[in-house]
Amino acid sequence: MQNIPLFPPSASSVAMEMDLLYLFITAVSAFFVVLVAALTLIFAVKYRRRHPDEVGADIHGSLVLELTWTFIPFVLSMVMFVWGADLFYRLARPPADAMDMFVVGKQWMWKVQHPAGVREINQMHVPIGRNVRIFLGSEDVLHDYSIPAFRVKMDAVPGKITTMWFKATQAGTYHIFCAEYCGTKHSGMIGEVIAMEPQDYEAWLAGGRSTGTPVENGERLFSTLSCNTCHKPDSTGRGPSLHGVFGSTVQLADGRKVVADENYLRESIMNSQAKVVQGFQPIMPAFQGMVSEENLMQLIAYIKTLKPAAPADAVKK
Amino acid sequence: MATVPQQENHSYLGAPYGLAAWLLTKDHKRIAILYLISITIFFAVGGLFAAGIRLELTTPQGDLWTPDMYNKLFTLHGVVMIFFFLIPSIPAVLGNFMLPIMIGAKDLAFPRINLLSWYIYVAGAIITLAAVFSGGLDTGWTFYTPYSSISSETAVTTAAIGVFVTGFSSILTGLNFIVTVHRMRAPGMTWFRLPLFVWAQYATSLVMILGTPVIAITVLLVAAERALHLGIFDPKLGGDPVLFQHLFWFYSHPAVYIMILPGMGVMSELVAAVSRKQVFGYGFVAFSSLAIAILGFLVWGHHLFVSSQSIYAGLVFSIITMLVAVPSAVKTFNWAATMYKGSVTWESPTYWVLGFMGLFTIGGLTGLFLATMGLDIHLTDTYFVVAHFHYIMVGGAIMAYMGGLHFYWPKMTGKMFSEAGAKASAILVFVGFNFTFFPQFLLGYLGMPRRYHAYPAEPIWQVLNVLSSAGASILALGYLLPAFYFTYSLFKGKAAPANPWGATGLEWQVPSPPPTFNFDEDPVVNEPAYHYKPRHEVHVNG
Repeated sequence: MQNIPLFPPSASSVAMEMDLLYLFITAVSAFFVVLVAALTLIFAVKYRRRHPDEVGADIHGSLVLELTWTFIPFVLSMVMFVWGADLFYRLARPPADAMDMFVVGKQWMWKVQHPAGVREINQMHVPIGRNVRIFLGSEDVLHDYSIPAFRVKMDAVPGKITTMWFKATQAGTYHIFCAEYCGTKHSGMIGEVIAMEPQDYEAWLAGGRSTGTPVENGERLFSTLSCNTCHKPDSTGRGPSLHGVFGSTVQLADGRKVVADENYLRESIMNSQAKVVQGFQPIMPAFQGMVSEENLMQLIAYIKTLKPAAPADAVKK
Repeated sequence: MATVPQQENHSYLGAPYGLAAWLLTKDHKRIAILYLISITIFFAVGGLFAAGIRLELTTPQGDLWTPDMYNKLFTLHGVVMIFFFLIPSIPAVLGNFMLPIMIGAKDLAFPRINLLSWYIYVAGAIITLAAVFSGGLDTGWTFYTPYSSISSETAVTTAAIGVFVTGFSSILTGLNFIVTVHRMRAPGMTWFRLPLFVWAQYATSLVMILGTPVIAITVLLVAAERALHLGIFDPKLGGDPVLFQHLFWFYSHPAVYIMILPGMGVMSELVAAVSRKQVFGYGFVAFSSLAIAILGFLVWGHHLFVSSQSIYAGLVFSIITMLVAVPSAVKTFNWAATMYKGSVTWESPTYWVLGFMGLFTIGGLTGLFLATMGLDIHLTDTYFVVAHFHYIMVGGAIMAYMGGLHFYWPKMTGKMFSEAGAKASAILVFVGFNFTFFPQFLLGYLGMPRRYHAYPAEPIWQVLNVLSSAGASILALGYLLPAFYFTYSLFKGKAAPANPWGATGLEWQVPSPPPTFNFDEDPVVNEPAYHYKPRHEVHVNG
């Protein structure tokens, strides 16, 4: 669909399928629009009133017809449902090998940080042929990171980390739009994604000024915010050890069990009293308002790298 | 259809005259006229806001309005059109006027509450207008948090109170209709002899009384968070912004059916009358209204596919949304089949019927694109959504309202309007509408987001936007035309006979305009609805 002006550029691994799904539903719809229009027009002309006192035939209905036009739309809509649900499911679950990018929306700009530490604003360079997962946050109100050429879009929800992913397939420069209304300069909250050959991307990264990778920055924050005074690698701290916490199942003081994902870590930092780990006192201060969305993502990126402290490692140290 | 005793002519439009007699009336017909005048004013106001939007978008740069002004224009266009025109349109005007007559009642069950509901509507409208003049409103009609609760510097609280108050007008109208249909039917007017318009109003009323309190509470919570900093939706105060979306759409998706179900009821009346034939599959059409009303409460999450809602919740909302397509298709095919072997007139109501069939079909089918989760990722929050819901609300609901207004105008006013004018209006609206909104489907697939004051300066984007704006000017002409020939008809129109279209139904057996208490003696119904008989059997009054 590259050269048809009624389609956006087709630049990601799902673009072709998205267009096919669109064309499939368009074809079904066109069939029914033509059918209904033809039936009504033909009947209106063929059975036009020829005499002022004329009335229509005494027909009340037909069970066979009713069942037919109940069943056919049902089956067709279920085909659409299954195809659409399958595509959505794949787009909602980032592949495990994806590289992680961090994007934060604020009125009215997009801040992007690469895993190598390079940052940019209202631009996002990405390599083609590589799965890219985006962790999306918002500093203020709802935004939505929309890249029509990749056929992907996700809300940036304040108070949450959301994810999206894509694999760019075609080098080029494409639109980024904020698609969720966010106030005065909503239509100015735009940018461009620059999809590049992998070697060009590496060269671009090398030329960029890194201010530390997200993990490095997270590690620094972990000590400047004094997280490390309570959260120690072993079990001697006043807070639970965070080594190996990511992805594990945590037993809470109120008896619940939760899986420690990004949003659990986020909540435990910002609103530390919400979920207290069993065996610990609720003494941690809430960091709401003290940590920016970007710093939060860096902290989480760092915590995710903390592997369970194996006894052998402890001996070495 | 029924035996209606000979009437003396003492029209509801006759004495008592004077402003007080109208403003204090308890006559459902006069209240319908009060609503007609009020919502027509708001339709014009909402239309002016739309004109401001379309003018801005003829060029890619945001060069006509400031961004804040543009944001206020689309917000107020939505608020005015939805809360002050579309929701009351068919129920409060055509329903108020026709429903009691159709079931053989002298009035609604609670005439004073009926008048009260108009006053509440006016009070809500005045509060909302106060918001317009004291800083405006720039949240979009959806009031999404936390923008509306912490960020917007416009008169959100005032507008929220306006919407809150107006909601009670809907609730009272719905309550009135439900009680009236249960308690006031004439002898012999069994449930399955009810005109399908009454079935549709009944289903709509259920949605109104069950859904409206939720939006009332929701906008009040927004006002509370703004004014008192209660943490409900703002995460910085411990709230959840997505909670707002759940509450908002729990009402606002059913609200779509508040707008379109009455239109479907009007269509059933019109299709039967212009074809002079029993509505094909009466029972299926009646129950499809109830099915749509019930399913409509279970689909709100399809607005939240990319809002971080759980995938599995999304799957359930998607499949239920698909199911709504079934009763909608059932209705459409039944209307088409009603014309089969009918005696189809080519008088003006038919033009509105044909226009509705075309536009509503496109509107309904494009809903399937958005219900398809994978595709919705690309389409949501774009102009595709804007085009889709305008096909349903303008192409469907307003087309039906206009059709109904033409069909019932002779009954309501006792005057015939210009047939040529009405046909021209229907054609202009149909053509103008498609030019305005079809290009927006294409813009949506290209990725143009909603609520954009400026857009990328690419040729195809501007071509489609200019087409849309040009179409809107044709559409505006189509809507202005009736203002002239309807007004003209009031003064110079031919007197309307009781039954100008040769239709069945109690409403066509009372004089035009009807007497104050509709029937001098209680009518008795002994036939099903739409029982068209060859002339020698027909009993026509007037």
